[in-house]
Amino acid sequence: MGVEKINMPQLGESVTEGTISTWLVEPGDQVNKYDPIAEVMTDKVNAEVPSSFTGVIKELVAEEGETLAVGDLMCHIEVEGSTSEDKPEKSKVEETPVQQEKKPEEKKTTTSQKSAQTKQDKGNKKRYSPAVMTLAQDHEIDLNQIEGSGRGGRITRKDIEKIIESGEIPQAEKDSEENAQPSAQPAAASSEKQASAAAASNVQAGEGDIEIPVNGVRKAIAANMVKSKTEIPHAWMMVEVDVTNLVEFRNAKKKQFKEKEGFSLTYFAFFVKAVAQALKEYPQLNSTWGGDKIIQRKAINLNIAVAKEDQLFVPVIRDADEKSIKGIAKDITDLAGKARDGKLTSKDMEGGTFTVNNTGSFGSVQSMGVINHPQSAILQVESIVKRPVYQNGMFGARDMVNLCLSLDHRVLDGLVAGNFLARVKEILEKMSEDNTSVY
Amino acid sequence: MAVISYIQAVTQALREEMKRDDKVFVLGEDVGKRGGVFRATDGLYDEFGEDRVLDTPLAESAIAGVGIGAAMYGMRPVAEMQFADFIMPAVNQIISEAAKTRYRSNNDWSVPMTIRAPYGGGVHGALYHSQSVEAVFANQPGLKIVMPSTPYDVKGLLKASIRDNDPVLFFEHKRAYRLIKGEVPEEDYTLPIGKADVKREGSDITVITYGLCVHFALQAAEKLAEEGIDAHILDLRTVYPLDQQGIIEAASKTGKVLLVTEDNKEGGIISEVSAIISENCLFDLDAPVQRLAGPDVPSMPYAPTMEKFFMMNPDKVEKAMRDLAEF
Repeated sequence: MGVEKINMPQLGESVTEGTISTWLVEPGDQVNKYDPIAEVMTDKVNAEVPSSFTGVIKELVAEEGETLAVGDLMCHIEVEGSTSEDKPEKSKVEETPVQQEKKPEEKKTTTSQKSAQTKQDKGNKKRYSPAVMTLAQDHEIDLNQIEGSGRGGRITRKDIEKIIESGEIPQAEKDSEENAQPSAQPAAASSEKQASAAAASNVQAGEGDIEIPVNGVRKAIAANMVKSKTEIPHAWMMVEVDVTNLVEFRNAKKKQFKEKEGFSLTYFAFFVKAVAQALKEYPQLNSTWGGDKIIQRKAINLNIAVAKEDQLFVPVIRDADEKSIKGIAKDITDLAGKARDGKLTSKDMEGGTFTVNNTGSFGSVQSMGVINHPQSAILQVESIVKRPVYQNGMFGARDMVNLCLSLDHRVLDGLVAGNFLARVKEILEKMSEDNTSVY
Repeated sequence: MAVISYIQAVTQALREEMKRDDKVFVLGEDVGKRGGVFRATDGLYDEFGEDRVLDTPLAESAIAGVGIGAAMYGMRPVAEMQFADFIMPAVNQIISEAAKTRYRSNNDWSVPMTIRAPYGGGVHGALYHSQSVEAVFANQPGLKIVMPSTPYDVKGLLKASIRDNDPVLFFEHKRAYRLIKGEVPEEDYTLPIGKADVKREGSDITVITYGLCVHFALQAAEKLAEEGIDAHILDLRTVYPLDQQGIIEAASKTGKVLLVTEDNKEGGIISEVSAIISENCLFDLDAPVQRLAGPDVPSMPYAPTMEKFFMMNPDKVEKAMRDLAEF
């Protein structure tokens, strides 16, 4: 013996509820399957509800006049030989197909089991949704330090929102910040490491050798040189320039200039002036390799190399194309003075677009400069030397100087570099008292 | 405020609009003396007479065609398709004529007609009495498709549809007719067509749906609230054209979106909703957008077990909502 339920059946297409007008049975009555047990009134029809089972009516749950939703319990019936414990659900399905059956207990256990399983599984910890990524970036949150509450340990948007609300934002540790910082100049950092690492690998000091610790400036020079030489494919060119006229012109002016202005009128100022003028005409050399593009600089800011004992500085003459020879000479004097006194600021060093190196001051007649990264070329001005030159059918003593150009072959080719050098040469060879003013 | 059923709200809106405007009239199969097979037009024949409550032949194309003609002539017909399933013979009239008349005539003519049709399953109606047909019409500019979920929305939106100067398809869920009851003001009011409505505020997951499924989602949300899952529920109300702003706001709110319909899954209204979300909300999304829909099977079967398999219900919605919440 078991007890079955009889529920309100669906009695028409849009019918969702019915009112029991009359019970046709009483508790204790024996009914056969399909016997009518109650009259029910709905919006559309009056109908008799048949019994779903053969058995004895046990309890009338609903009262006459009561309105029941489809699927609601009407009465209990005792059924012979019923395996009621596991069958009622099935018969309910047959009786009232629309009703949603619920087994909340069973469901809850399955979900809790599921969540217990997923708690251990951290497979989704590093699977970040767009929302999580966006929030983490906006608030500089280190996702590695967050426990996710989602499936498989996934960090949910809500997890992040809670953290932001709490104000306790886990940020990347100092260590990783240091790693992140040089990313502003990543090549510098990495090549610095390369440089020091290379030095450390095989070289050992022998007896009597002096070990000089590499200080900040030396380190920076090393890093920059490694970067320039490893990153930039260098090519070289040299032209010979006859500066006899320029030498005469400068020698005629230098004493008077020094007295009047208080600083020297060096040859180098003339060279810088000529380079600035030629760069204006050949902006290709005043540029930077940008990976997928070449950036041609508008400003002509010329680095000049200034050496001091074991240190090398490259301060900048700003807007050299807008300055007179005197202005350039003044800048050179100021910057060299600052370099000697150790008073150069980072502002003095920033923003260079091309470098002119006065190698001639050491007596050099030929050199291959290392490009000042990220520029695309460097010009070395060598010593002016008197040499016999065959000219106009005869040999004559002329003041000759070599100009050596190193170029980034990614940015520049021989043709444009050659044209540029030819132009510098032309400007310099024409410089004389007749057509040039130092002011 | 009186609590009335979904279908009573339909009748009330029709009666009030017919009283308000002489141009409003009703036509359809059995809408007159019989008062409609679902009783939606109950009492209107007695109140307004046979000139304004027209029983038509069993010819849906004619119902739509007569309505279009009358509407172009200045009337405001409310045509009833006895079941949305039967609208198919009228599709040519609706899509090729009603939807395009204003555009084709360069604004000289318009079709201020409302077509009401009961749709949806779960009522033991089988193949030809259970269909959802909204997707058929939901890429026809010139048409509007309204599918309300509550008696309040029914009244406000049916009135707005009747007063709208262009054709509106007004789909009523037949199972909601007597299942869903709610407070409806007795005074005159309209609701904006093309505007979705937040039916429940929540912060964990967003459910976007329409029609009867709104109630399934609300029921599921109540159960899930006990487990600490807080659902945000947006009722589209108008499924074409969609309320993009409302959808974007609701989806962005939680970043976890479940879209529910009892229609077939592929190519339905919610697929379009999903596209709007993916176009606009990428950086707010915390989970893949989920669709819960009927299977891609030609129609709702008759056998109870099969119908249950096909039909949406609160359990299916609850399961999908919980699954998304746990993601």
